[in-house]
Amino acid sequence: MNPITYLEAGDVTGALYHSEQPGRAFIAGGTNLIDLMKEQVMRPHALVDINSLALAEITPSASGGLLLGATARNADTAYHPLVRDGYPLLRAAILAGASPQIRNMASNGGNLLQRTRCHYFYDIGTACNKRDPGSGCAAIGGLTRQHAILGASAHCIATHPSDMCVALAALEAVVHVESAAGARQIAFADFHRLPGEHPEQDTTLAPGELITQIELPPAERFAAHSAYLKFRDRASYAFALVSVAAMLDVGDDGVVRDARLALGSVAHKPWRVPLAEAALVGRPAGAETFAHAAELLLSGAQGQGENDFKITMARRAVIRALEQALEGTHDNSHEYAGKEPL
Amino acid sequence: MDDHLTAAPRAAAITTYPINLRINGVPHRFEVEAWVTLLDLLRERAALTGSKKGCDQGQCGACTVLVGGKRINSCLTLAVMQNGKDITTVEGLADGAQLHPLQQAFIEHDAFQCGYCTPGQLCSAVGLMNEGQANSVAEVRELMSGNVCRCGAYPGIVAAVTEVMGMPERKDNPDRPYLPGTVPA
Repeated sequence: MNPITYLEAGDVTGALYHSEQPGRAFIAGGTNLIDLMKEQVMRPHALVDINSLALAEITPSASGGLLLGATARNADTAYHPLVRDGYPLLRAAILAGASPQIRNMASNGGNLLQRTRCHYFYDIGTACNKRDPGSGCAAIGGLTRQHAILGASAHCIATHPSDMCVALAALEAVVHVESAAGARQIAFADFHRLPGEHPEQDTTLAPGELITQIELPPAERFAAHSAYLKFRDRASYAFALVSVAAMLDVGDDGVVRDARLALGSVAHKPWRVPLAEAALVGRPAGAETFAHAAELLLSGAQGQGENDFKITMARRAVIRALEQALEGTHDNSHEYAGKEPL
Repeated sequence: MDDHLTAAPRAAAITTYPINLRINGVPHRFEVEAWVTLLDLLRERAALTGSKKGCDQGQCGACTVLVGGKRINSCLTLAVMQNGKDITTVEGLADGAQLHPLQQAFIEHDAFQCGYCTPGQLCSAVGLMNEGQANSVAEVRELMSGNVCRCGAYPGIVAAVTEVMGMPERKDNPDRPYLPGTVPA
């Protein structure tokens, strides 16, 4: 790791003041940033520790939703009674990610800001437009098993690796940020961006802006029917090849009243298609409806060769996640429950 | 005039930070550079080499320690960020010569071969029990998944942890009886 200096911010104002100087980075959990600093992928020269900011609370919001503090830990968030009872999808997604140790360290704000796990982004000996803008993309034509099948550009085919963010996209969370210029709110769909010509920009966060809270709108109507389904190369502690967050609001007549669908690890951001969700509404919940929605969600998907299988896998995962959501509240452990290891 | 090729580089002032840590119940004070990870501090400055640097990337769990009773990867945090914290390493689990029940169970269930991952496995299992979220053998297995064992001692590890937690005995594969220390035919 390069020599760095360290500052501990006492409050949001102090953190914002310190962050105005170039080369400084906020640190909360540090699970991704410290790793990237060891690999020389990110090279801030000073860290501003925001763990002393009063941003670790999880509290009900005025509108009947929930406010997740930016420095609340992923584990504390997943196990919080208000998340467990009101947002089972979010709990399931968080617990499907990383390891217990990392979930104990990683912050909610940091989860949103984690970088891609593209091998070429991590390897400073290779070309990467995200790490070194203008240098090219070594992933295109390379090993692409984990890469994008949707929304990629000629400059970058990286995927966003978060599980939590897939659930937050489906829940239509709102990211609260502050900067010296004031506070603003960013709809989750607008928070992460597609690579386009600027893959070095993961998000629409401006330099110096600090995430303070993540707001979850009320979601009672979906609480009885949600599923987070994650497919990966081993049963636990691996990034997704494909993941799906599915929520259904189903009437007694079996007709879908409302639906949300988001795909993870297939694009530079959690992937939603309004048409796919609209295609579920007003239709009987069942195989035909689900297959149609899956087709629409994967519309335009294009593989890189080695990851072509992800298109079929994603389509099937969407259908299975919707079937699971129809049954009740599923977390990813249902994939393995009752199965004996070899 | 200085020759820029041969002159000794101007020594850059290196800032150090005073930190106080309680490690295995004993107060310590260190002066550390900002880039020193908690793992490096424990191993190189506190001479506690039980915590292992397996991958140094948060992928193996061999560096697992407890901070305030919660398990973390000590390779993924800076020592300065832990100022004032209460840290337990594998060296702090036993009570004098009396092994921690998990340590005893690891021996009885043959829960290690080379032993390199064992300090991390033990600290992780203590953290798992503190967290209180594992209510079945499957959940123990899932919530121990942050600790990789290259020797494949997982059946013994699961048996040891579940025994100490008082869970009903359950072999991994009831059709294939497993005797610790043997290779099934």
